[in-house]
Amino acid sequence: MSVQDSKPVLEITGLTVRLPEGADREFAIEDVSLSVARGEVVCVVGESGSGKSVTAFTVMGLIPKKDLVPVAGSILLQGEDLLKKSDRQMRALRGEKMAMVFQEPMTALNPVIKVGDQIAELLEIHTNMSGSARKKRVIEAMDDVSLPDPKTMYNSYPHQLSGGQRQRIMIAMALALEPGLLIADEPTTALDVTTQAEVLALIKDIQRRHGMGVMFITHDFGVVADIADRVVVMQNGKVVEQGSRDEILRNPTHPYTKMLIGSVPSLTPPDRPEPEVAEIALEAHHLNKTYGSRGFLTKGRVVHAAQDVELIVRRGETLGVVGESGSGKSTVARCIVRLIDPTSGDITIDGANIATMPERELRPYRKEIQIVFQDPYRSLNPRRTVGQSIVEGPMNYGLGAAEALARAEELMRVVGLAPEALDRFPHQFSGGQRQRICIARALAMEPKVLIADEAVSALDVSVQSQVLRLLHDVRERFDLAMLFITHDLRVAAQICDRIMVMQHGVVVEEGRTAEVYANPQHPYTQSLLAAAPGREMDFAQFA
Amino acid sequence: MSNLDQETLMADAVLSQKEDPSLLTVMVRNRAIFWGGILLSLFALIAIFGPFFTVDPVALSPMTRLRPPSAAIWFGSDFLGRDVFARVIYGARISLVVGLAVAVISVIIGLFLGLVAGYVRPLDAVIMRTMDGLMSIPAILLAIALISLSGATLGTVIIAIMIPEIPRVVRLVRAVVLTVREEPYVEAAIAAGTRLPMILSRHILPNTIAPLIVQATYVCASAMLTESILGFLGAGIPPEIPSWGNIMSEGRTYFQISPWIIFFPGVALALTVLAVNIVGDGLRDTLDPRIARKM
Repeated sequence: MSVQDSKPVLEITGLTVRLPEGADREFAIEDVSLSVARGEVVCVVGESGSGKSVTAFTVMGLIPKKDLVPVAGSILLQGEDLLKKSDRQMRALRGEKMAMVFQEPMTALNPVIKVGDQIAELLEIHTNMSGSARKKRVIEAMDDVSLPDPKTMYNSYPHQLSGGQRQRIMIAMALALEPGLLIADEPTTALDVTTQAEVLALIKDIQRRHGMGVMFITHDFGVVADIADRVVVMQNGKVVEQGSRDEILRNPTHPYTKMLIGSVPSLTPPDRPEPEVAEIALEAHHLNKTYGSRGFLTKGRVVHAAQDVELIVRRGETLGVVGESGSGKSTVARCIVRLIDPTSGDITIDGANIATMPERELRPYRKEIQIVFQDPYRSLNPRRTVGQSIVEGPMNYGLGAAEALARAEELMRVVGLAPEALDRFPHQFSGGQRQRICIARALAMEPKVLIADEAVSALDVSVQSQVLRLLHDVRERFDLAMLFITHDLRVAAQICDRIMVMQHGVVVEEGRTAEVYANPQHPYTQSLLAAAPGREMDFAQFA
Repeated sequence: MSNLDQETLMADAVLSQKEDPSLLTVMVRNRAIFWGGILLSLFALIAIFGPFFTVDPVALSPMTRLRPPSAAIWFGSDFLGRDVFARVIYGARISLVVGLAVAVISVIIGLFLGLVAGYVRPLDAVIMRTMDGLMSIPAILLAIALISLSGATLGTVIIAIMIPEIPRVVRLVRAVVLTVREEPYVEAAIAAGTRLPMILSRHILPNTIAPLIVQATYVCASAMLTESILGFLGAGIPPEIPSWGNIMSEGRTYFQISPWIIFFPGVALALTVLAVNIVGDGLRDTLDPRIARKM
């Protein structure tokens, strides 16, 4: 934006919000000052716990009043101090002068009300339009966010729409009353990368056309590069740096900003030496998994989650399986670990085909293939100590308690944690530390193949880069074959030697990472790479 | 390890010193559990030690029939001159034993069947359809049928009341198992070669304990009520053993002239069931958020 309005839509000055007693710090946010001008997108960036969402929710007046108390500062929305408003006044302002779009559109919409009526409800509360006028306005709003055939879609229920369409409905709802300020809290985080690109373009476009101010909360610097005019960086409840997009992304001054931007994996794969042709650790041929509800008399619907998947992983090599949600990449991983049974095909490890082996014969091969899951909070039994979790596997295969414990201590050192921590319970660790523990647990089995199923996707970017480095190190150290499942092209570029792109259960492209990224052959791969946020920005320069 | 890592480790070490308060502390702090527990312990003490201090509850005394409550005979006497106070105290034993036995046995059987149904897919349909069948039989009718077949003893009464309670426990356990079996830590254990009995006992069973304790209190309360109903219908504990149900049943004919025969056992039953239910509600409130937070 070249010319900014002199008067900001939103001006936050010295805002401090206190946390309840007994929390790990005194203030959720402290002395936060930022402003959003008309026709401007301000990205508030930070890792989990930085206070970016608390800031947004305080502006909207949606914080739980008992626990979070604004104790200092002011929030001026078009000149009016929101902290001095009553609940009733705030209710009137929400929707009319400011609106919010949330992360998860499925839970933000009521599943049993037609989406059109949900938008109309807003008009019913805030205006005295007639029923037909409301419907007309709703269809206009749905048209405005480029939803196909709004007249028909008016009568759809949320579950009948795709994730991207649901988020468009949320945006249409936010825009229905033409508010001056739009707050978007991670609005594209739950979406696939191609859908994310569309929704980002939509928000940018609408913001230009309506000339509103947008406060955009995100943790993703790629998104920042694509959408921001200005950037506010937050850490531990404080604003550490703010400035124009180019200032922050190209020339950050605060060490924390430098560290954050330096941790964003580059989309350009690093130069890798041509791998030596090592021993094949794992092969899968014609791997199929179909889910079908075979009806009693009717022919049930059949879903091909994985179709004729072929893969080979050699020792010391990382094969990336990339795709959007529903592409079948996790199905493949779960078939290989035999958490689910493949419908047909071969999975060969140590010369044995384990694809359809009964559990009893499978047992000796189970320890060869280990898996690290996405969600670090659910991957460890909360009732067992970290040590108990790590020694469980080796002791299943007859290792004595003392030897297992010694191995666990050694592995804790390998993953960068203190061996004394073995006696602690999972809730005493952060997400990144838990993921390290899960890696230690997998390594304790001395596997040949390590599968990382979105293993770094739930982590903050700085922690993510550390865990990635750890995965790379253990692969080298134990000469593992690694299967790396991810939706994140940046992560895949950095860690994978070869890449397999999946769509609708089918492998559409496979090749060496650098070649696939430089010269994608399949149209789907091309669209994936084109949709990656912030692709023209090379972040790694500060690392 | 980088500096940042060490910082987070240290921050965590500080955090972790704030331990969750122990389960016992939480329970004592909850007022429902505290007062319900006191009332219940009082009844338990009375049931265990009371009969040693009262007159014989079955001693007949034709001279003092249908006497109203007085300083000498606190709860009055019934149509055979038996002391109602002594009978109510002794009846507490029957009620508590039946309630406790039904709760414990149905939870043990239900837990086993629920674990198997939830985890061993082929057996799921078989077990659950059997449970559906059991649930469709009215408890009282089943009890009457069983007791008329095999005679009325404490054992048959307990079995008769227990059978229809089992499906409720099985359904609860199965529901918990179905959610927990999808947890990544259970899948990690499968990948680590942990055998089925270990997976069930180590990773799944502990998640069922809290909801089971709550369910057990409700089973206990409803068993005590059913026992009294059976006694009242004359289908329960044999009349020579005083239970609250059959005291009331025998007093029914004399209700208009000597209502105390029904009044006191009725109050005792109401208070006991109330106490159990209050404890159950308190446990539900304290245990459930705890599970939610830990998962």
